[in-house]
Amino acid sequence: MSSTMIGVDVGGTFTDVFVMDEATGVARVAKVPTTRPDQSGGFLDGIGKQVSDLSKVAVVVHGTTAGTNALLERKGARIGVITTEGLRDVLEMRRRDRPHTWGLRGDFEPVVPRDLRLEVPERTLADGTIRTPVDLDAVCTAARELLDQGCLAVAILFANAYANPENEARAVEAVRKIWPSPHVSASHEILPEIREYERFSTTALNAYLQPEVSGYLNRLENALTEGGFDGEFMIVQSNGGVMAVETACRLPVRTALSGPAAGVIAAGYIADTAGFPNVITGDMGGTSFDVSLISGGQSILSPQTSIDFGMVVRTPMIEITTIGAGGGSIAWVDKGGLLNIGPESAGSTPGPVAYGQGNTRPTVTDANVVLGRIDPENPIGGKLDRLDVEAARRAIDEHVGQPLGLTTLDAAEAILRVANSRMAGAIRLVSIERGFDPKKFAFMPFGGGGALHTGAMLGDVGLGRAIVPRYPGVTSAMGCVIADMRQDFVQTINAFVDQIDEAALARFLQDQIDKGHAMLDAARSSFEAREVIVELDMAYLGQTHTVAVPVEVAITDGKVIPPTRSEIAAAFDDAYRATYGRLLDKGVRRVMNLRTAVVGRRPKFDLETLAPEGGSLDASFKGNRKVHFATRWHETAIYDRLSLPVGAVIDGPAILEQPDTTVLVDPGLRATIDRYGNTIIELVEGV
Amino acid sequence: MSKIDPITLAVLAGRMEQIADEMDATLFRAAFNPIIAEAHDASHGLYHAGTGDTLVQGKSGLPIFVGVMSFAVKAVIEKAAADGDLADGDIFIFNDAHIGGTHLSDMRLVRPYFRDGELFCYLASVGHWHDLGGAVPGNYNPAATDAFAEAFILPPVRLARAGVVNQDIIDILMRNTRLPQSAQGDLNGQLGALDLGVKRMDELLDEYGADTVRAGLDALGTRAEALMRSELSDLPDGRWEAVDYLDNDGITDEPLPIKVSLEIIGDRMVMDFDGTAPRCAGPVNIAYPTAVATAYVAIKHIFPALPANAGVMKPIEVKIPEGSLLSAEFPAPVGGYTETILRMIDVIFSAMSQAAPDRVVANAYGTINALSIAGRRKNGQPWVMFSFYGGGHGGTPEGDGLNHGNAPISTATIPPMEILEAAYPVMFRQWALRPDSAGAGAQRGGLGAVYEIEVLEENGAEAFLFGERGRFAPQGVAGGSPSVTNHFCYEQDDGWHEPPMASKMRGIKLKQGQAVRLETPGGGGYGPAADRDPVKVARDVAQGFLSPETATERYGADWKEVEA
Repeated sequence: MSSTMIGVDVGGTFTDVFVMDEATGVARVAKVPTTRPDQSGGFLDGIGKQVSDLSKVAVVVHGTTAGTNALLERKGARIGVITTEGLRDVLEMRRRDRPHTWGLRGDFEPVVPRDLRLEVPERTLADGTIRTPVDLDAVCTAARELLDQGCLAVAILFANAYANPENEARAVEAVRKIWPSPHVSASHEILPEIREYERFSTTALNAYLQPEVSGYLNRLENALTEGGFDGEFMIVQSNGGVMAVETACRLPVRTALSGPAAGVIAAGYIADTAGFPNVITGDMGGTSFDVSLISGGQSILSPQTSIDFGMVVRTPMIEITTIGAGGGSIAWVDKGGLLNIGPESAGSTPGPVAYGQGNTRPTVTDANVVLGRIDPENPIGGKLDRLDVEAARRAIDEHVGQPLGLTTLDAAEAILRVANSRMAGAIRLVSIERGFDPKKFAFMPFGGGGALHTGAMLGDVGLGRAIVPRYPGVTSAMGCVIADMRQDFVQTINAFVDQIDEAALARFLQDQIDKGHAMLDAARSSFEAREVIVELDMAYLGQTHTVAVPVEVAITDGKVIPPTRSEIAAAFDDAYRATYGRLLDKGVRRVMNLRTAVVGRRPKFDLETLAPEGGSLDASFKGNRKVHFATRWHETAIYDRLSLPVGAVIDGPAILEQPDTTVLVDPGLRATIDRYGNTIIELVEGV
Repeated sequence: MSKIDPITLAVLAGRMEQIADEMDATLFRAAFNPIIAEAHDASHGLYHAGTGDTLVQGKSGLPIFVGVMSFAVKAVIEKAAADGDLADGDIFIFNDAHIGGTHLSDMRLVRPYFRDGELFCYLASVGHWHDLGGAVPGNYNPAATDAFAEAFILPPVRLARAGVVNQDIIDILMRNTRLPQSAQGDLNGQLGALDLGVKRMDELLDEYGADTVRAGLDALGTRAEALMRSELSDLPDGRWEAVDYLDNDGITDEPLPIKVSLEIIGDRMVMDFDGTAPRCAGPVNIAYPTAVATAYVAIKHIFPALPANAGVMKPIEVKIPEGSLLSAEFPAPVGGYTETILRMIDVIFSAMSQAAPDRVVANAYGTINALSIAGRRKNGQPWVMFSFYGGGHGGTPEGDGLNHGNAPISTATIPPMEILEAAYPVMFRQWALRPDSAGAGAQRGGLGAVYEIEVLEENGAEAFLFGERGRFAPQGVAGGSPSVTNHFCYEQDDGWHEPPMASKMRGIKLKQGQAVRLETPGGGGYGPAADRDPVKVARDVAQGFLSPETATERYGADWKEVEA
């Protein structure tokens, strides 16, 4: 069988393709415009640029924003809900929060309108006792009504279904007999975890995405097959692992952060290979700066996220912290005379003033243009012919320079300083505030503009160094090729440690691990290794924040030997002490949830295959340009980044250009090309 | 005094806000008690060395603390001045609400921050402790007629002197709480937050120098004042009044007026609460600091971009009449302060809406509905389910109010029904939006909620409620209509009953299978109901937010002619 692996990341503007031939070690990349509304056009175009014969391809892995966009733009399907009597409004009532602390403004509409949320007689109590058996006639009547109303998918949401799924399981069985499509989601299947709003919301959003996402993925798969593809098609999940396309069609809610997760996976692998297991990634887009922390080669997972106000998805996701400071963020002076950046953004359309597409208020990118850090004659991305420096200068002068009494250049420097300090704040938030020492971390920028701000991140936060990957613009596509296969499971236990039912715990564990291995078995990929990670969410009685407690589980001949009560208690004490410093003398230990992840480690490719061959410093020198740093213009050397040889050393000020990225080396910093083609940027001692 | 450039100022402002935010986060993580850990009923900040004025405050703490913390610091400044021996490493602690505002549940820690032997500023931490003695567990006693019946009272005392902790104080505190473990956890968390604040301030001053940071702090105050003056200048000059009522004080069933007049003169404003009811017997009094802080909360909701800095209040004179229930003196009971300050915010919004209708939203549901259901299990173990319940937000100039939101003075979320059912022997028969509860208007209010809770325990249970808005519905603004009143009832052998004091009652005996039912108000409407698009009315009817009869009664019959 062939050994070609393809990663495809479909972003808002571009579709990136990363092709890796394992046999020859050759990697190729392609970038084509994303097609809308059907992204499959760009997807196939991009692959077609590098691969003529799909039958030679073993694996295609896709990081997709189809789910994310459908959620953000509220473009999912018309769906219905069948729920417990008395609880039809849970989705709309949320957890009694509000969008903004101050101002009391903002409304919320759930993805399912109230008239499509139908109640049926049924009730299970918290201890699993069935108080009212489910009325299946009422369930079928409700399902038929929803079909009559034009619903394409349905979510079944019953109270306490995590404790005993019987009523919900009977209802879902009845509905599946009637429903004309596979788009039926049940809360105990999606997330058998206590907390009705979080479970209902995740399940409803799954149903909301199912018709759209599964339709899209099926179209892609069919097109691949028609093109002769006979390999395996997989999708990146928000947890950074991949899943089979059939699983993605059933659980599309797990793709909510698919694209960014792939980027973080690649960043972790690149940095680890280059010798930096601790790295903070910074993805600078048009409207936001997304930060993620990887410690010891492991990215941090958060148990849930809000895609938007009231749109809670509770599945493990790579933790990404976002602040509103991107290249398109607008700089403005408030009535008190303070310079602010964002949150308002010109985005990529109309974009910065210099794009000449109608925006007249200065952005972060405009400041970079005015200071000579971006080449106005060759804008990255290839959409525009040139940038309007004069217009950017006028906008900065009018909106920032004059109100603050600064020259245009000082005003542009001021915009960057405030923007940099906000970005630095986001990095402090994920590192210092969580007890990580930034000196031990490298900064990895990706996205078109991130590498313009590395110097400031080193200076403001005290990060040790920066590492710019050779192809920062296709990091997410590369991540698709690298990511492991992974399935996460959760089951609420809710029992005191000294009363826990060990046999029941063993059954749940066995079930989760069997399901996980079955999914790996069904995959056609070969795995270097398999790993089972088991954690218990635990707390003392009366405490609401749980601690993730890793527990050892022995597996002999596929049979699980669960931890004993005393082993669980000891594991909790270790984890609790590590988090809070001390234990509680008379505290009663409680197990809230069982979480299992089954991971199949996929083979990694050798990053050295990406390294440049030959080349010389002289040949890659493109000339000099005046670039403004701090208080004056510097004559600055410009290099063609991709033709720089391994081992090249360049002292700042310098600019390294490639088609989709500009790397700025500030005065006092030194750039070195490592053996993988990454650019390492460090402070020059004594400068 | 050195002058600071605007860029360094912008960078410093962000850094100092982050220090306060990080202090918040430290306590939220460490606190044992869910009122701090989950509901974020706590706050941290930096305060002026000489005046105690708020310089910077964390963004994630409870909104009401933004104005009230400086009173705690001022009290410490007075005590230190009287004692004459303030030293680096001192930490003061107290919960006295008549000095520091809010209620006795809030434990305040204040620590002077020294730089090179000189007092630079104060750091403070406040957090809602789970229990501090008193007649009722949790200290929410609707029948208290003085502060002694509410909780143990600690005046400002030194918890640490020059870095040495006085264990005697801790021993006294731990002997005066029903939950010493929880209290110790919260105290440790607050001390940890202050330590962190000192460390971060050291780093900041190392980096920028004390003079620059001091200049930055001064400039932030000047800027906050300039922002507020600029906002006020944009409003028309004039005088506007509004009055609203508390149902009663829980002791005597008589309405208590809360009245405000706002006068805008150029770039300043006078906010006068003359005409408000005198001090009452029950716990809906508040202390003077609470009243001033509430004015700040209302202003910050009207102008959300204003910073948490005392400069904001420089152009605003807040007049609290002596002897009124807004400046109750020790030992008047103040445990129900939340209800009173919600009403203050309501009248400020109503008065301000006459001056600047596009800046203000209609009244929110206006009561926290502190409902407690308690009893003993078969094995003798006691249980107490205590929670606050939500309601609708007011209609806004841009759109309908939010359904089922949290109170304007809080950002707390409600515990999940399944968590409550797993922890206590109860079952929610209903957890739903309340149809017809929104105030009518061009933009209607958000809907209130219905919670019906059945007791499953064989031994039965006892319930008590501390609520408001049982007699006076939340008001609309700009011509919008009021919503509906709070409605509470409870099941007995002979059917459903209502409490004589509307939304306040204690000692309701419930048998297994009997329930209590709470129907909370929606928000008031914004703009005349006649201006509402009939399509939106028809949609509300189709969704079941409005019954057809109520729709026609409030909006006329036009909605019947259009497609939803």
